[in-house]
Amino acid sequence: MVDAATRQHGPAPSDTPAPLVSAAGLSVRFGRQQVLRDVTVETPRGQTLAIIGESGCGKTVLLKTLIGLITPDEGAVSFAGQRLDRLGERQISTLRTRIGFVFQQAALFDSLSIADNVAFPLLEHRSTPRAEAYEIAAERLADVGLPSSVMAKKPAQLSGGMRKRVGLARALVMQPELLLYDEPTTGLDPIMSAVINELILRTREKHKVTSIVVTHDMRSALTVADRIVMLYPLSRLAPGEPQALFDGTPEAIARETDARVAQFVRGEAGERLSEMQGETQAG
Amino acid sequence: MAEPQAPPTQPPAGYARAVNDQLADVGEVLVAAVEEVGDMTLFAGRTMRWLLTRWPSRELIFSSLHQIGVRSLPVIALTGTFIGMVLAVQAYYQFRSFGMETRLGAMINLSMFRELGPVLAATMLAGRVGSAIAAELGTMRVTEQIDALTSMGASPLRHLVAPRFLACLFMIPSLTIMAIFMGFVGGAFYCIFVFDVDPYFYFHNAQQAAGAWDLFYGVFKSVFFGMAIALISCYRGFHCSAGAEGVGRASTTAFVQSFVAILVLDLGLSIVLDRVYFFLWPSL
Repeated sequence: MVDAATRQHGPAPSDTPAPLVSAAGLSVRFGRQQVLRDVTVETPRGQTLAIIGESGCGKTVLLKTLIGLITPDEGAVSFAGQRLDRLGERQISTLRTRIGFVFQQAALFDSLSIADNVAFPLLEHRSTPRAEAYEIAAERLADVGLPSSVMAKKPAQLSGGMRKRVGLARALVMQPELLLYDEPTTGLDPIMSAVINELILRTREKHKVTSIVVTHDMRSALTVADRIVMLYPLSRLAPGEPQALFDGTPEAIARETDARVAQFVRGEAGERLSEMQGETQAG
Repeated sequence: MAEPQAPPTQPPAGYARAVNDQLADVGEVLVAAVEEVGDMTLFAGRTMRWLLTRWPSRELIFSSLHQIGVRSLPVIALTGTFIGMVLAVQAYYQFRSFGMETRLGAMINLSMFRELGPVLAATMLAGRVGSAIAAELGTMRVTEQIDALTSMGASPLRHLVAPRFLACLFMIPSLTIMAIFMGFVGGAFYCIFVFDVDPYFYFHNAQQAAGAWDLFYGVFKSVFFGMAIALISCYRGFHCSAGAEGVGRASTTAFVQSFVAILVLDLGLSIVLDRVYFFLWPSL
């Protein structure tokens, strides 16, 4: 079976590096609700992929499925050539130490200090002495522009932007090969969004890490991504040429056969309001 | 001549259809309940596996022991004292009508040792600690902290469930003994100082009535209550639905299910322990 994304991409260019993470034919259902259907995506080593899409279209579910937090009903995910569904619980746990996940609301542990939050993976997986783990934590915090004075604080004492940066520092502490960002700029002001985008770029440069960024912020996607794909509700990933689509040039629109992609990247309401009203009345 | 065709299957109309729907609803609820019990059993099994292979850190265990045990002491001591006094008030006039008020200590002690001490301590623990565990873990689920733990290759069962389970298991016997002791103190205080019962005979009869077996009886039951509270509350927190409403519901359900489990376990364990007693000492 040829999946939708492969059809649209055509054969991969010969100079494309081997994919670090790939998912084929993923379908996820929660009860009677179908969230993903036959989704195929892959990310070559060293590149940043942005997955865009409307709110509620399953972007976060896709990201969590890629790391095995959600088990797909159909399809399989591979990381560095290993299929997650063929690994035992312990092997998956070991594999996850090679992946960093930056959650939408940072997901810092409320009961722990910032130092303990960032040092947690080191203390859990390596026999790093606590003092040394704190030193490494301080370095990672410095990488994301936070002073060591925040280390004694609790997550509740930090602003949203600072929490996201702590989340990034925690994701980096194990020097992962793959970084997954879930809506990294959501809920932040434009300046802080730019700071986070800059950090994503700097992290990629400094740590040579492969990244997948899930976002509905087109500016962010265009800034950080090598490649952008759009997740349609339920069905497929459609590739686009980021800058041209964002500018909405006639040439790009002419190339884009699906008006919904063009509409999304330009942020136009179009017929969506009337569609939604129709859905509400039907419901 | 054409063969007669079978009449087309039609959905039952009216009353029959309503009965069908009701049966389907009941079936759905039953299937969901069975699924939940199976899921909870697997959850308990996975927690036990962690306890047998890799314990949580001492820091986490001591923190849970403090939260669950030490901080529950005042409320359990207070409740035990009042229950002891209430038992005295309720029973005094009955006992006095037979001239047996000095036997009040025996009745209060037996009630506290075998039944009220363990059930009361467990109920208070389910209310104070079980709900808090479900709410805390539920909030962690909703704010993706449990997902964060998993994504870092750490086990949420080892870090979140195992320490709470161990704390409930180890602290509930002490809390039960505290409830029993305070019930004894409360009952003795009210009988001696308010009802003017002779203290010598009160304590003599109380001592004669309840022994080591009765204490074991209560403490043994409490261990099972503690395990049930920890597992139900953690399970509810882990399976919390989204939003503040979901956390609230998880907390309430944790208490209600823990309470029902305490009552069911109480009956079952009482029957088993009585049989063990008569097996060991058939002549008594």
